Amino acid sequence: MAEAAAGLQAQLRQRAPIPLDATLSCAPGELLALVGPSGSGKSTLLRCIAGLHAAAEGNIRCNGDTWFDAATSVNHPVQARRIGFVFQSYALFPHLTALENVAAALGRLPAAERLARAHELLARVHLDGLENRKPAALSGGQQQRVAVARALARDPAVLLLDEPFSAVDQVTRRKLQQELARLRAHLDIPMLLVTHDLDEARMLADRITILHHGTTLQSGTPDEVMTRPASAAIARLVGLQNLFEGMLVGEGGGLRLAWLGHRLDVARIAGTAGNRVAWVIPPEGVLLHRRERPSRGEAENPVAGTVQDCLRLGPFTQIRLVPEGGGEPIAFSVPTHVAERNEIAPGAMARVTLLANSIHLMPYEPPGARTADLP
Amino acid sequence: MDWPALSLSLQLAFATTLVLLPMAVLLARPLAWRPFPGKSVVEALVALPLVLPPTVLGFYLLVSFGEATALGQLYHSLTGRALVFTFDGLLLASVIFNLPFAVQPMQRAFDAIPREVREAAWCCGMTRWQALWKIELPLAWPGLLTAIVLTFAHTLGEFGVVLMVGGNIGGETRTIAISIYDRVQAFDDHGAAVMSAALVALSLAAITAINMLGKRIGHRG
Repeated sequence: MAEAAAGLQAQLRQRAPIPLDATLSCAPGELLALVGPSGSGKSTLLRCIAGLHAAAEGNIRCNGDTWFDAATSVNHPVQARRIGFVFQSYALFPHLTALENVAAALGRLPAAERLARAHELLARVHLDGLENRKPAALSGGQQQRVAVARALARDPAVLLLDEPFSAVDQVTRRKLQQELARLRAHLDIPMLLVTHDLDEARMLADRITILHHGTTLQSGTPDEVMTRPASAAIARLVGLQNLFEGMLVGEGGGLRLAWLGHRLDVARIAGTAGNRVAWVIPPEGVLLHRRERPSRGEAENPVAGTVQDCLRLGPFTQIRLVPEGGGEPIAFSVPTHVAERNEIAPGAMARVTLLANSIHLMPYEPPGARTADLP
Repeated sequence: MDWPALSLSLQLAFATTLVLLPMAVLLARPLAWRPFPGKSVVEALVALPLVLPPTVLGFYLLVSFGEATALGQLYHSLTGRALVFTFDGLLLASVIFNLPFAVQPMQRAFDAIPREVREAAWCCGMTRWQALWKIELPLAWPGLLTAIVLTFAHTLGEFGVVLMVGGNIGGETRTIAISIYDRVQAFDDHGAAVMSAALVALSLAAITAINMLGKRIGHRG
């Protein structure tokens, strides 16, 4: 018999009402972000784990307990799963005070202890003094904190957060995100965060799982997913710039990447000469050559082109360079003073280096299979 | 003043409200929240007493309550009593013709509770029964109150169905509405006027009292 794994593991499949073909795991103390566009099945997945929806096939295990197994018709009710759920709309009980909302999830404790524990939890989310307010008398951020306190009141085995920051303004969102980051440091349970905001996922999550049309496409650290997407579809989903197509060619006993007449060196390259590939380079991997004094970078994948546009954004300037030979522009950014010193302006000629170490190759994706970007 | 008739009307109104409310809660929740086969038919059946002439509804109830019918026989075997021309029959008829007045406001009230709020109650560890008592009923309170007011007032004033199913037996089925009709038939305009005024005052007082209670609970809740 396999050793019971700590944390949460789920494998779920269904065709309707929303297609799902998802596999995920989340270790105790880990925060896993489920990222995908609207309608990608993120919330459905969370609802399956909570027990609010049963998938047609698959299983869910938490700390060795089987919560759901379609094959053996095991389906523990939501009350038996010990989950803390923060809903997108917070779903506070409008007729109860903040304190009563939290105490409502403390049914397992003797009545005398509930209020004291609810006070503690509200203090933990910095809501002391507002215990007797009803949700309507609390701001969006305060309501979210009550929802988090209520979710923690269950002493949950898993914490599920369904777009918990989407209903508040930008300033409050940053503050609440910082609070969650602080709070999670003290939680030794798996935490799942559903979001369509990639920046939020990168900031808060230990790992990201990308979902599209209900299918988990890639799981990994934010850095892995952002710099080494498993496919062009994922690169597009996470909004990566500089996604191009090329072909592997054999040269000097090794492989190089042929692209618009250039032969590019790639640090990690594998495959067969003649294979079409998709490739991506993050803007940080594109270096602008100095106009008056070419640098050492000239030797590494030099590409010349015409500046299509440059957009000054405070201390940085975003540049789009159309390479010689046409094609999609290369996007990168430089400090604004560097752009000015090198007389970067629309129509100007410029040269860049594409760092071999930053180029990431992916399987070629036919145009018909392309996916939409995240909103 | 026909005090026995007034007393009977009040008993009927209280008993109908008491019997119908839990039934309406059980019926209104799935109608508000769950799609199920035949839901439109159930909704149409619940609404039917609103559009049928009371005499037509009363006629069908009279026919189905008879001692020769399965329902009549079942009731007789269980209680030893008949349904036609008895208080029991009046109560059952009253529950049926008040269905839309109780179910529809409750259905709207339950419908207004966001699904996530109900689910949050389960996620807090509450059983469905606890969620009903602690979350759903307090939130559906305005609908419940409307159902109580409408059922109570409508039962006090109902005439056609009561006459068809209960007849006009003093102390058993003669309600105040029928007694008023009796007085008019007997050219006792004064008696009819006194009882009509009493009925108006009673209905008004009942509605006002329940509304005030609702406001107090709503303010506190």
